[in-house]
Amino acid sequence: MAGDGAAEPEVVLRLGRITKRFGPLTANDQISFDVRRGEVVGLLGENGAGKTTLMNILFGHYVADEGEIEAFGRPLPPGSPHAAIAAGIGMVHQHFTLADNLTVLDNILLGTEPLWRWRSESGAARSRLRRLAEDFGLEVDPDARVGGLSVGERQRTEILKALYREARILILDEPTAVLTPQESTALFGTLKKLVAQGLSIIFISHKLAEVLEVCHRILVLRAGRLIAERTPAATDRAELAQLMVGRAISAPRVEPQPPGETHLRLSGVTVRGGHGQPLLDGIELEVRGGEIVGVAGVSGNGQSALADLICGLQPPGAGIVTLFGEAIGRWRPRDILERGVARIPEDRHAVGLIGDMSVTENAVGECYRRPALSRRGLIDWGAARRFAERIIGDYDVKCPSPAAAVRLLSGGNMQKLILGRVLAQAPRFILANQPTRGLDVGAVSYVHEQLLSARRAGGSVLLISEDLDEILALADRIVVMHRGRVSAPMARAGIAIERLGLMMAGHGLEQAPHAA
Amino acid sequence: MRLEPRSGASPTAAVLAPLGALGVSLLIGGALVMWSGASALNTFALVLRGAAGSQFALLETLTRATPLIFTGLAAAVAFRAKLWNIGGEGQLYIGAVLTAVLGTGLLPLPAPILVPILLLAGAIGGALTLLGPTLLKNRFGVDEVVTTLLLNFIVVLLVSLLLDGPLKDPMGLGWPQSPKVIPDAALPKLVQGKRLHAGFLLAVAAALAVWFVNARTTLGYEMRAVGHNPRAARFLGMPVDAVLLKTALLSGGLAGLAGVSEVTGLKGNLTLDLSPGFGYSGIVVAMLAMLHPLGVIAAAIFVAGMFVGADAMSRSAGVPNYIADVMVATSLLTMVVAMMFTRFRLRWR
Repeated sequence: MAGDGAAEPEVVLRLGRITKRFGPLTANDQISFDVRRGEVVGLLGENGAGKTTLMNILFGHYVADEGEIEAFGRPLPPGSPHAAIAAGIGMVHQHFTLADNLTVLDNILLGTEPLWRWRSESGAARSRLRRLAEDFGLEVDPDARVGGLSVGERQRTEILKALYREARILILDEPTAVLTPQESTALFGTLKKLVAQGLSIIFISHKLAEVLEVCHRILVLRAGRLIAERTPAATDRAELAQLMVGRAISAPRVEPQPPGETHLRLSGVTVRGGHGQPLLDGIELEVRGGEIVGVAGVSGNGQSALADLICGLQPPGAGIVTLFGEAIGRWRPRDILERGVARIPEDRHAVGLIGDMSVTENAVGECYRRPALSRRGLIDWGAARRFAERIIGDYDVKCPSPAAAVRLLSGGNMQKLILGRVLAQAPRFILANQPTRGLDVGAVSYVHEQLLSARRAGGSVLLISEDLDEILALADRIVVMHRGRVSAPMARAGIAIERLGLMMAGHGLEQAPHAA
Repeated sequence: MRLEPRSGASPTAAVLAPLGALGVSLLIGGALVMWSGASALNTFALVLRGAAGSQFALLETLTRATPLIFTGLAAAVAFRAKLWNIGGEGQLYIGAVLTAVLGTGLLPLPAPILVPILLLAGAIGGALTLLGPTLLKNRFGVDEVVTTLLLNFIVVLLVSLLLDGPLKDPMGLGWPQSPKVIPDAALPKLVQGKRLHAGFLLAVAAALAVWFVNARTTLGYEMRAVGHNPRAARFLGMPVDAVLLKTALLSGGLAGLAGVSEVTGLKGNLTLDLSPGFGYSGIVVAMLAMLHPLGVIAAAIFVAGMFVGADAMSRSAGVPNYIADVMVATSLLTMVVAMMFTRFRLRWR
């Protein structure tokens, strides 16, 4: 098949004029591109640009309204993940699709063999898996339970699963969103080895630096259309960002300013989980007015417990939490809210908003009890709608109308709605938990600008984020969270990203200087 | 064939869904009627005439709809907050029991005082009946579908016990029935000499009240939020457990009123056949109404008309009146499918 030689690598995947409509929305509009043998194609685009829809069509979850797909010269039957796998397409989803209670080996074999043949062939499978793992630098214990694996190991399991099924084209959906810098570097090493073996990779990401680093070609999607194709040599971050968003994006500017009085202080705070295991272990943390304190760390190291605590959802088992100089006694979200705390939750869909309710109903979620909106148990929906309209206007929430269901909004607009809801109350302290996860460049810069303007006004921000770039861009001081403990705070100036990465992996957390 | 989520809510679909559902259930019912050897069109015409063909038929249908409005509202209120109250039947009987206890001479009061007392007592009784399962749900996560459903059987057995014991009518020739309520406890008839009683107006007023609570009050807003996403509701600072308890009191109270209204308005005393499953039919009514309180009135009249019409039809056409049960059941199933189509669209490839 590879008769053309090295000059023109063989095309392994061809998408022809793919169009997909959801009602009035055209998610994919006449998208055509080729993927060649042994290349990494970057797919870049804002949320709602149509990346996920396109990949879902490729992998058979959706059926395109128009257009066709050819894999290795043969047309790919639409709407069948089985056909996609059989054609050599493997997908590593952003949210892993592994069974926690099974071992790595069982997860990989699941669905590849009839049930009663597992055990008899698991010996051969295990050795094949080990060979794959060695060849591509995908170390993971085949007999470990998936539930006990780190996020990086789970991702390696997902990739091995695809390779075990003899995938020749690998789709990676936002693969680095959950990894430490070191893990990302290891992943890029794996990708290089895969490509050297002649595999092709579609790399979906919104992180521009990464795309420039690992991809041979970069395709930019905007509003459902393929609007540009670049090689890393012929472009830069600024151009890609502009192509993606359709306008120029400036980096956030953090002006130095002296910190004010203490807003939030945690001393010796410990929270235990359902089985008595410590989720937070003797936390010492201080956030002062006019500063942003960043909490770096790989997810699952206690960030959710820290956020739940400050949101008022979870009382501490031990220790003292003071807000604006007063110790918190009652742990209810309402009491925290009434003290002037804004909370941006980690999960917009499950916690931050109620998808089936309208924009108006969501906008007033935290303040509907105020006299301006309700009296003696009666809600003034006219006032509520005006409040929502003000948020929609002030925070540029794109929605069909205030009466539209929130689930119809894009992720970025959902986040703007949450921002508007919490900032409209003129908070003094903001808890921002992963405030830009899954958002596109334009929305990210908007969220950052809002946090910085709260800081300029003398407010304080506790920024919990897995995105080191974000923390390094915004935070005045940085702490690293690992296994329920936080490091001593470090001033951002002069901090080395390598050192942060090591601390996120648990090295040198204790040696950190106990002063800031 | 596959389902894809709709990108926008379609108001046309929201209107067409119930109508389509009724159409499909008529077709299924029609097929069954033809299978039993009768003409489908003729049979349905007879059902329609029996349900609405005369003043008598219409008043009968409204009489039958009265308890269904109450139990339908009870289900609609609870389901909106995703509190799965399947215990409407038991709550209805508790309301009826309290009426039989207080309304048969224990409280010799004039009607303007006694009737409100009976309504209040029945509502409180029904509300408390649902309180237990809701507390168990809040506190221990016990599935309220199981507890409320099983409580129905406990309550019916309790009624049976009472009717053979303390509540048994000494003049009842040994039948398991309570004495008649005193005249001051009886709800007035709306049409002289007919069975339709003031309970119907109370039911309509209750529907309007529930609609007002849903649309205008903070409680209605909180109930919707808790129903759609309890985690988010809690995060937003809503007292989720308290909202569920209030929902339970409202829902159980409405079902209790059905019992009061049947005893004081229609039957006059408590018997074991006071309710031919009004509590369960109320669930169908609520689903057909898509949980809208004003829709409950229409859905209750439809379901009542089906039963009343089928009774009349079976006398003249010889098709068993079970066809009404089949029709109501199929309309529930088709409605559930139709509601799915308001959120998803079907694609044929």
